[in-house]
Amino acid sequence: MLKKCASRIYLFLMFAFLYLPILVLIVLSFNDSRSKVKWGGFTFKWYTGCFQDEKIMAAFVTTLQITFLSAIISTLIGTLAAIGIAAMKRKGQAIFLGATNIPLLNADIVTGISMMLLFVKFMDLGFVTVLIAHITFSIPYVILNVLPRLKQANISTYEAALDLGASPLYAFYKVTWPEIRPGVLSGFMMAVTMSLDDFSITYFTKGAGVNTLSTMLYTELRKGIKPELYALSTILFFAVLLLLLIGNVRPAKRSSERFDK
Amino acid sequence: MSKFKQQFLSGPYLIWIIGFILLPMAMIIYYAFTGSDGTPTLQYIAAIADETNRKALGLSLWLGVICTVICLVLAYPLAMILSNMHIKNQSFVVFIFMLPMWMNFMLRILAWKLLLSKNGVINSVLTGMGLSRINIINTPAAVVLGMVYDFFPFMLLPIYNALTRIREDWIEAAADLGAGKITIFFKIILPLSLSGIISGIVMVFVPSLTSFAISQVLGGGHVLLIGNVIEQDFMQGMQWNAGSGLSFVLMIFVIASMALVNSFDKEGEGTVIC
Amino acid sequence: MKKRMLSTALILALAASCLSACGNAGSSGKGETLTVLNYGKYIDEDALKEFEKETGITVKYEEYESPEEMYTKYKAGSIDYDVICSSEYMVEKLIKEGEVLSLDYEAMDNYKNLDPDILALSEAYDKDHTYSVPYFYGTLGLLYNKNEISEETASSWDCLWDPTYEDEVIMENSVRDTFAPALISLGYSLNDTDESHLKEALKILKKQKEDKIVYGYYVDETADAMIGEEAKIALCYSGEAALAMDENENLAYSIPKEGSNLWIDSWFVPRSCTNQTNALKFLNFLCRDEIARKNFEYVEYSSPITAVNENQDEEMKNNAAINPDKDAVKRCEIYTSLSDDEASIYTKLWQELLAQ
Repeated sequence: MLKKCASRIYLFLMFAFLYLPILVLIVLSFNDSRSKVKWGGFTFKWYTGCFQDEKIMAAFVTTLQITFLSAIISTLIGTLAAIGIAAMKRKGQAIFLGATNIPLLNADIVTGISMMLLFVKFMDLGFVTVLIAHITFSIPYVILNVLPRLKQANISTYEAALDLGASPLYAFYKVTWPEIRPGVLSGFMMAVTMSLDDFSITYFTKGAGVNTLSTMLYTELRKGIKPELYALSTILFFAVLLLLLIGNVRPAKRSSERFDK
Repeated sequence: MSKFKQQFLSGPYLIWIIGFILLPMAMIIYYAFTGSDGTPTLQYIAAIADETNRKALGLSLWLGVICTVICLVLAYPLAMILSNMHIKNQSFVVFIFMLPMWMNFMLRILAWKLLLSKNGVINSVLTGMGLSRINIINTPAAVVLGMVYDFFPFMLLPIYNALTRIREDWIEAAADLGAGKITIFFKIILPLSLSGIISGIVMVFVPSLTSFAISQVLGGGHVLLIGNVIEQDFMQGMQWNAGSGLSFVLMIFVIASMALVNSFDKEGEGTVIC
Repeated sequence: MKKRMLSTALILALAASCLSACGNAGSSGKGETLTVLNYGKYIDEDALKEFEKETGITVKYEEYESPEEMYTKYKAGSIDYDVICSSEYMVEKLIKEGEVLSLDYEAMDNYKNLDPDILALSEAYDKDHTYSVPYFYGTLGLLYNKNEISEETASSWDCLWDPTYEDEVIMENSVRDTFAPALISLGYSLNDTDESHLKEALKILKKQKEDKIVYGYYVDETADAMIGEEAKIALCYSGEAALAMDENENLAYSIPKEGSNLWIDSWFVPRSCTNQTNALKFLNFLCRDEIARKNFEYVEYSSPITAVNENQDEEMKNNAAINPDKDAVKRCEIYTSLSDDEASIYTKLWQELLAQ
């Protein structure tokens, strides 16, 4: 009983550690005073301010574009690559997986700088360079999610389908696809997560006037804190909560696959 | 489709690897080993021994280790409690603990800036209760706190996953054979969760070793990490060769520390992450 | 299965919304653009909008913190900036390097609005007025809390090195501005580039940090921290000080008696400019009286546009942060540009200070 009590207390403490900072942001977003510590009455003005702030809205739109374009493209390239890699001999697989590990192993700052050095030489920094960078660091997550599924998939069913006269594409769609689909989906979700949260790589590869939420916030935070940012935090928090709640009730399991060996 | 043809599906990825992974790496290595006039030199690699860089790297390693240890100490018990909970909505509870991870990384730092600053939330609560204030903003402690908060989920999740994979009958069998709780923990639970611990350590240590934004925002110019030196070399000092040299050294450090951590992984599956 | 369908549908919906957003971005991306690089918090964004509306030119606006950062961004060559605003010593450096295009003042009918006195000062870095248009000018000084610090104390740089003010001083996160008070305190010029003198200055700054006097090295955050009374003294630009004083009446500004830095930030058109006509249109727009006043009210630095200074109320006229008196200006020096070697010495010493 004592043990149970202790673990409840510990759970509660960790919960407080994780959520108190967010709670402070939420409370302050309704505070009519600019002060961090004095309550000046209830207001929605920071919310209207947040939606009217072009910088915040532009960064928000850019973030969505980059995130979903990069997730879609990297899922496509990554899934195809995984199918190709699965058909390779050991040596080929080792080479491909080795290269796939590079962006995973490297520190973000090194990946960002290396891409910046390349882009500066051959193209203008801008939206496209950020997109390319995000695709690059997302592909490995897709491959690592899809490849194990392909290995589990039973090749003989696919071959049987071929023997029975199915076209390769039809056999793939009917036999292989259902088996790898969960992997593709979780790869996609991880690409989204990683892209949304990235700061360092975007920071080094972005061009003039292109800002994702992370880089916009970095410049804003160094200028002092605008209360509109509290409103932004609150909106984002509840949006994420809502999306994840309706999207899937098994989110922890799914996102956890990134850490699986 | 024959196996041979199937391999061609990874063609686009091959092009991507060459263009956007290998070529950039080659660029960084080229800059790291040449002077600004293009002649080969080792001076930018050796520059890590300069007092400034050595101090910055030392501090980064130190803070990285502290952050990783704190995360591990906090996350392991939590993961154990979570994995032992036998309630219907277990995954929902885990999800609650992971949720902050999906909020923007910068906003999480903003929250800590609010809490910690000299006239911030924590201090006004403390003075309100008649206690003395804590001055931790703009110190390494604030940076560590920010890092722990930011990277904590990356430690929790892999450990939790490893723990849930331990089957209960193994533990019951051990108990039937007379093992005490402590023995069970050290002989069964800990070894079986080791792979999760190692993934967690890697996922927390690497970003904390190389971060520069957290130290910039919560360190107020007092905490210079190796990431900050590199960032300044590129964004303010126009010293690309020096910055590349340090990046290269940092890369070596990351790889070396991961090899070190991985050597403890008895399963030794070869891949370092995931 | 149902759940899976739901999540697939969700993803598709998100993807569709994203694609439509891209479609919008694509269509508005057409037409002429102007890429502008400026200090942070240094223009009223309504003015930018007005310019866009008036000319149909889309402004791509990018901000930076320190002149060194600007130089790096420009020199990297990865973005073709059309018009840049920076401090006099960086402008001088870029002029010397042949990176700045001469301006056709004929095309700028608002050029006449500029105060001739300020133009005369700008000769220090742009000898024949061929390359630059002054935007704002101001001084470097001390912003202090009147309840904690006497006017007497704040009239000298010495208070920055006084251990009584433990954890109460904010310095600038910008190399030359932080070295300037140290050099002046030692009796050197703030343009001194003698390495041994710079090392002496570094010693003072290191000691200041060792004694835990420095609360933080900030740039644009200074005003916010001073308004919140997180520190008692801040090394600060005049306009930043004026803004903070508007928000918190306990704050005051002084230009120390030992002398300080007078700076002029100017616009110039770099060689990377792809459309000079538009760049000139933009500069001309900024020199228009109403626009200059709008920007002045937003940033509160001293404006070189004559009309802006004529219609100020008494309180503003007497505000040392906005209108420094003539004697104070005489004590001030303008930064001269640094050669690459000198700049790299500065960078090295600066990193040594930060790493301590």
